[in-house]
Amino acid sequence: MIQVKGITKYYGEHAAIRDLTFDIDEGEVIGFLGLNGAGKSTTLKILGCVLLPTSGEVRVDGIDTAAAPEEVRRRIGFLPDTPPLYNEMTVGRYLAFAARLRGVAPGDVADRVASAEERTSLRTEHDELIGTLSHGYRQRVGVAQALVHRPKLLIFDEPTSGLDPKQIVEMRSTIRGLRGDHTILVSSHILSEISQTCDRLLIIQAGEIVDQGSEEDLAARLSPGRSVTIEVDVAGPPDVALTILGRVPGVIDASLLSRAGELSSLQVSAATDLRAPIARALVLGGVDLVRIDRAAGRLEDIFLQLTQGLGPGPGAGSQSRQDRQGQSEGPQ
Amino acid sequence: MNATLLIARRELGTYLRSMTGYIIAALLLLVDGLLFNIFAIGGDDKLSAQVLAQFFFYTSGLTMIASVFLSMRLLAEERQTGTIVLLMSSPVGEAEIVLGKFLSGITFLAMVLALTLFMPLLVLVNGKIAPGHLVAGYLGLLLLGSAAMAIGTLGSTLARTQVLAAIFSACMVTAMVLAWMLVKVTERPFNDVFASLAIHGKHFMPFQEGTIHVRDVVYYLVVTMVALFAAVRVMEVRRWR
Repeated sequence: MIQVKGITKYYGEHAAIRDLTFDIDEGEVIGFLGLNGAGKSTTLKILGCVLLPTSGEVRVDGIDTAAAPEEVRRRIGFLPDTPPLYNEMTVGRYLAFAARLRGVAPGDVADRVASAEERTSLRTEHDELIGTLSHGYRQRVGVAQALVHRPKLLIFDEPTSGLDPKQIVEMRSTIRGLRGDHTILVSSHILSEISQTCDRLLIIQAGEIVDQGSEEDLAARLSPGRSVTIEVDVAGPPDVALTILGRVPGVIDASLLSRAGELSSLQVSAATDLRAPIARALVLGGVDLVRIDRAAGRLEDIFLQLTQGLGPGPGAGSQSRQDRQGQSEGPQ
Repeated sequence: MNATLLIARRELGTYLRSMTGYIIAALLLLVDGLLFNIFAIGGDDKLSAQVLAQFFFYTSGLTMIASVFLSMRLLAEERQTGTIVLLMSSPVGEAEIVLGKFLSGITFLAMVLALTLFMPLLVLVNGKIAPGHLVAGYLGLLLLGSAAMAIGTLGSTLARTQVLAAIFSACMVTAMVLAWMLVKVTERPFNDVFASLAIHGKHFMPFQEGTIHVRDVVYYLVVTMVALFAAVRVMEVRRWR
């Protein structure tokens, strides 16, 4: 769906992004992860054909963005970090304007607007002035304008920025609902957003892609041999549970973290994610299992390693990038 | 062309729904009415044609000022609020965006100018006016307004804020008005060049007297096209910067 080959963008003397190369397949949901100022928005604006790169090539659906930008824009729905909303328009009129602007036939506009409002839960706000909406609803209108013309590719730049926890959950659910119908590229610096919504991560730092892959791939590559930490809460004394856990194949260590009344919290180190066999063993052993989960912070660790140079080091990062470039150049 | 009309219609709706458009229109009508009463009708007895010529003279100055203020928001506001991304990420060319914005501004200006029509019609109470004079005068105002609006649109693409856009545009329009004054302090061939460049003076005077010269019509159309072309180029360059 998207082929990015060696794009660089300079703002004056400053390179916002440098020699970015990556591919995105049709139907994928990609998380674009980076700290503020890493070059995420610039990259997304280039993919959205709002900006042109200083050098390099971007193809969307096989079309060169520099040669036929208007053709590419027909296939893209773009939500920038600040939703481009006209406060004096009603939601319905604004979406109809966006649809017409993207080439939707006048006869189809009402249906498309209704469909976009349905998908973003905006039906009851159809006649509301955009200027009177809360931040969460404005963000939804931003998503609705991006998908009103049913583009193949949706690009969302920090769609949860400034939302409260409830609105974040709703936005996440909205984006999940779009999966399957569109290829989706979501940027964020909220790590849990990316982890829960996306199939694959592209991690950008100082204008360069420092790594890419699923969370599992990244964890395996960055911390080979490192154990997976699993948290287990059981009702009653921990002794029986610890004994059972010690017998589960693959468990390296099991220890008591804390006790609060009848609840014992245990921590298990394992070579791989053993949540299923651990749960099975505990239940079969007659232990009342209250909760089992992987310890939080894994993705945060990966992210910090990649963006702060705590991981495999620049040599490894550039090596993996070169490998990927080599791989992507192969089939072309 | 569809996108141009779509953008123009939305933009015109913004003028009609916001206070800014009405304030500019009201001020133009107020000041024009005062000038008409004090200078055009007031004072010594005049011929109807002289009253009409003075009305067009004063209205032309106000038309240029109104054009600068009406055009300042066209693209600068979109950049300021980030809504320009909606247009830039849509399958619409820069020329369509600029033309749509310009069309909305000139249409609103034409509506405001139409509201001044009662003043020349008042002359009919005690005098006579030639319909041709009226047509020529209003055509001149529209062409002058079109050139000033196009320069304003260029200023609006150059600036990040509406205030800066108004300052840029006012400077450009003022420079083109002042070119007429340079005619008096320079010698040939420079005074001929300044006279040809001046946005008012030589090119507007015939219209206010009721005469239409193709030369003047072409001048205003060329200024409009050059300014709009420059605005389109600025927009295109922004994608690379």
